Amino acid sequence: MGAVLEVVDLEKSFLKDEKRIVALRGFSLEVVEGSFVTILGRSGCGKTTLLNIMAGLLARSSGQVAYRGQPVTGPRTEIAYLTQHDTLMPWRDVQRNVEMPLEMRGVRRAERRRIARNLIETVGLAGFERHYPRELSGGMRRRAGLARMLSTEPETFLLDEPFGALDAQLRTELQAELLRLWHGSGKTVVFITHDLEEALLLGDRVVVLGPVGRILLDEQIGLPRPREDPENIRLDSAFIALYGRVSSALKEGAR
Amino acid sequence: MTADLHHQTDGHPSGANQPGGPIELPANRSWLERHGRTLFTVLVRLALLALFLLFWQMMSGRYVDPLFISQPTDIWANLYEWARDGTLARNTWLTVQEIVLGFLFGASAGIVAGFALSIIRLLGDILDPYMIALYSIPKVALAPLFIIWFGIDVQMKVLLAAVTVFFLVYLNTSAGVRSVDRGLIDAVRLMGGSHREVITKVLLPGSMAGVITGLRVAVPYALIGAVVGELVASNRGLGYLMLDSASQFNTAGVFAALAVITIIASVLNLGVSALDRRSSRWKPVEG
Repeated sequence: MGAVLEVVDLEKSFLKDEKRIVALRGFSLEVVEGSFVTILGRSGCGKTTLLNIMAGLLARSSGQVAYRGQPVTGPRTEIAYLTQHDTLMPWRDVQRNVEMPLEMRGVRRAERRRIARNLIETVGLAGFERHYPRELSGGMRRRAGLARMLSTEPETFLLDEPFGALDAQLRTELQAELLRLWHGSGKTVVFITHDLEEALLLGDRVVVLGPVGRILLDEQIGLPRPREDPENIRLDSAFIALYGRVSSALKEGAR
Repeated sequence: MTADLHHQTDGHPSGANQPGGPIELPANRSWLERHGRTLFTVLVRLALLALFLLFWQMMSGRYVDPLFISQPTDIWANLYEWARDGTLARNTWLTVQEIVLGFLFGASAGIVAGFALSIIRLLGDILDPYMIALYSIPKVALAPLFIIWFGIDVQMKVLLAAVTVFFLVYLNTSAGVRSVDRGLIDAVRLMGGSHREVITKVLLPGSMAGVITGLRVAVPYALIGAVVGELVASNRGLGYLMLDSASQFNTAGVFAALAVITIIASVLNLGVSALDRRSSRWKPVEG
């Protein structure tokens, strides 16, 4: 299968006072359809900027970003983007938050209700339809955000440290659920994280970023799927070897 | 997290009885435990008021000239007299009308301007210093101008109240629009929302807290605007009643009018805080 997302020689700089701050330079990446790519990097390496540009929220300074051969100039409904922070509307309850993207598409009320109800159940929030975001815990808000993202059945997912703010146990739980939802769906996922283990446990391929988005390492992860048992995978010799290579690449980039 | 479990907690706003979440238990408090504190506060409040009136009554005539402080019984008699001959109802009604009309005009103009100048960013930036300059004018200083325009009838008081209300609502509304989380706007764009949907589905509901704050702050100012207008120049209304009583050295009349104005202000404030309680459920955690 071919590349869904193609980034060629991307550059992004911001103007601050009279200085140009370069966030990304000479970045190129091809994402194959149906694959799960994790992008790993320390904070400040331009990960979020990269994702914002791929999602069409941010204009690039130079270079090309194409989705299925078409240049990305603004947000596209085939691409879903789960940002680092919750963006649930605080004045809408869970049900109405999940329905929101469907409203924009003009889906009829009854149909919206049905889809949202199913999704809320899928992400394990049944019974909380009438709760407002502030009445939910962080993990539950993430689930609601996930349900909202899934409601329009996008083809490609951009996830920016989606579980970064959660406690370790909840993170493991949601990682497993994400894999369960993704496995066999044929959807493409670009997953950004600063957590080495998370990157290796989830992805088919790991891309390690250094400063200004320089690619330090780009490697396939050959671990068998489904990866339901992270405890055992951590002991796998292939995992340990990969962990070592990625870890030293990260260290090298820091120098 | 099953539906059955949830039904037991129906009506409770927190996400309780979720595994790992907080647990909700019935508190089993008696009537006195639940309302004792409120009851005590109310009783002491009333006692304090009674004590104050009693003290006033005793001081007046004995130690202080009633010309300066009148006395509660005289004030009550004066109020009763006004109520009987219709003076009270007529003038109160007029002042209330001025307050309500001034508030409605000022608030709606303030909301519209607040949204327009925040959404059309450039226009807002251009006009901002002028708005602040106009806001800084003491509104009483506009009274002479309004008298030239409209005479000393109702319109002038309505306008004075409206101008005062306008700026408070305008400033709070635009602060509300500006405080809307950028991430929420991006979220709607990602869903494929149009510019119009960004406004109707994010900016409008997101700035409601600011609008309501503006309205709440402005309510007493509508009263101030109307009464000040009446004090400056008028021949009707509670402010006039007060001024007229003062010119006849009828101190009881001044206090009577003042008491009615205080009651109106309290009723308005009660209404505002009821509105505030109803709209607070969805407020963001930080808010």
